[in-house]
Amino acid sequence: MTTTEATATDTTLSVTNLDMYYGPFRALRDINLDVARNSVTALIGPSGSGKSTLLRCFNRMNDLIPGARIEGQVLFNGEDIYHPSIDPTEIRLRVGMVFQKPNPFPKSIYDNVAFGLRINGFKGNMDEAVERSLRRAALWDEVKDRLKASGLTLSGGQQQRLCIARAVAVQPDVILMDEPASALDPISTLAIEDLMRELSREYTIIVVTHNMQQAARVSDWTAFMTMGEDRAGYLVEVGGTHQIFTNPRDQRTEGYITGRFG
Amino acid sequence: MDTTTRDGFAAPMGQRRPAMQLSRNRRRGALQGRIVHWLFFACAAMSVITTFGIVASLLSQSLGFFREIPIWDFLFGATWSPILRDAEGNRHYGVLPLVSGTLLVATIAAAVAVPAGLAIAIYLSEYAPDKVRRTIKPVLEVLAGIPTVVYGYFALTFVTPLLQSLPVPYLQENLLVFNALSAGLVMGLMIVPMVSSLSEDAMVAVPRSLRNAAYALGGTRLEVSIRIVVPAAFSGIIASFILAFSRAIGETMLVTLAAGATPRLTFNPVESIQAMTAFIVQLALGETPHGSLEYNTIFAVGLLLFFFTLGMNVLGHFLVRRFREEY
Repeated sequence: MTTTEATATDTTLSVTNLDMYYGPFRALRDINLDVARNSVTALIGPSGSGKSTLLRCFNRMNDLIPGARIEGQVLFNGEDIYHPSIDPTEIRLRVGMVFQKPNPFPKSIYDNVAFGLRINGFKGNMDEAVERSLRRAALWDEVKDRLKASGLTLSGGQQQRLCIARAVAVQPDVILMDEPASALDPISTLAIEDLMRELSREYTIIVVTHNMQQAARVSDWTAFMTMGEDRAGYLVEVGGTHQIFTNPRDQRTEGYITGRFG
Repeated sequence: MDTTTRDGFAAPMGQRRPAMQLSRNRRRGALQGRIVHWLFFACAAMSVITTFGIVASLLSQSLGFFREIPIWDFLFGATWSPILRDAEGNRHYGVLPLVSGTLLVATIAAAVAVPAGLAIAIYLSEYAPDKVRRTIKPVLEVLAGIPTVVYGYFALTFVTPLLQSLPVPYLQENLLVFNALSAGLVMGLMIVPMVSSLSEDAMVAVPRSLRNAAYALGGTRLEVSIRIVVPAAFSGIIASFILAFSRAIGETMLVTLAAGATPRLTFNPVESIQAMTAFIVQLALGETPHGSLEYNTIFAVGLLLFFFTLGMNVLGHFLVRRFREEY
């Protein structure tokens, strides 16, 4: 067994010496991070520390921003996702994403879930795939009688679960979540958190959050980021969530989680 | 010590302002508000009154026409010859040839403008780099600002000879100097900016977050454009089609110059036709005595034209509501 294969079995994503630029501005500096398979990794840190930017490096969403480029390497199952021969749309199919604000398409609930499958030439039973995805997102019982209704008729929390169903429908390996509960009420937030725990048995989840308690509740691993004088975000410390919250190695981490800044 | 102004704004620190002075000058604001309100209302009312005035004049003048010519004969008659008499000395008031002429030209125009305008809108909104967009948009707007008479001569002196010189035997043999085809093609060109500009506005208004969601599911740029952006902007796009088609129906100069003055019930684009608007121009330019039957045909045709564009607007409203995707 080669080294690459050995790492591939326990880490889904592996970031090496990653720098990320928006034009001349360096947004991320020298990121090194391994993301464990089938677990929840939380990215925490103050605003502007580049958590969302790093998240969008994992599915090449930054490609859509003119002037954005990276240096360094991001390996997904041992493969360099920024290699010239790689099609970014395929990466996005394998690495799904849920956004901060629920953004269902202005289409029916059914079509929202089916969208990803349709554009990717899914040949199986669509009804089953839609039901399976909605069940996985713990939304099926609430919407099974009105699949034809617009996704926008749902409440905010339901909309976000619809977005999660939409993301899991295409059966990705990884689901990126960018503050998925920040626009939701506390009850919906808890529902999303339960869902994240549940989904982490099958998927690798990386979640950006501003909510310390949320990070402590849902994640197995926590990475703390902050930014330097040049406003470039960098990784301070990565570790098991319990360790980061009870016994951080770095003073800056301790300062942040105890609420002294940020 | 600094004395307070009536408004009390310059009151020194710690000194209380007398409460009475608070609302004195507000009365003036209220009066001003009422005057402005009525002024703007008058402007809005003006356009409504004008519309009703036009409709009333169309209706009353047409009445004179329809007293002599049964409305049925007018709407469904297949021969239009209100001035020249035929061999038996009869005049014919069947408007269908004019309607077919108008619809033929407008349909050709739409066949050009709808796909081209939509493609341009998709390109500008989803593909073009900022720099290209900033160059193309003003050029399109210039295209929209060219006087229609220029388009008319362009069709007559450039497009028709060009079509006749094409290696298509059918066109070479049959295309008349005045024909519906070149008028329609050039009219399509003319309304492209309308379609593309309004459609692009509708597409740009689609939130970024919807595009991001589709890209995050592995969508290509084309898939995101066609399956997400266009449907989400569909009501605006439909509105642009309807507006452009109405414009094509009402357009006058181009069809007068390039499509001919031969009322003919045909859907063959190489033939010379006469559009409703072109007929009105022809008659208005002639020496038709005021109040005569010939003169009143102008209003009958004008009324019909009005109902056409009204119908398009109603259809537009219906389609916009029917296809609206709220986001």
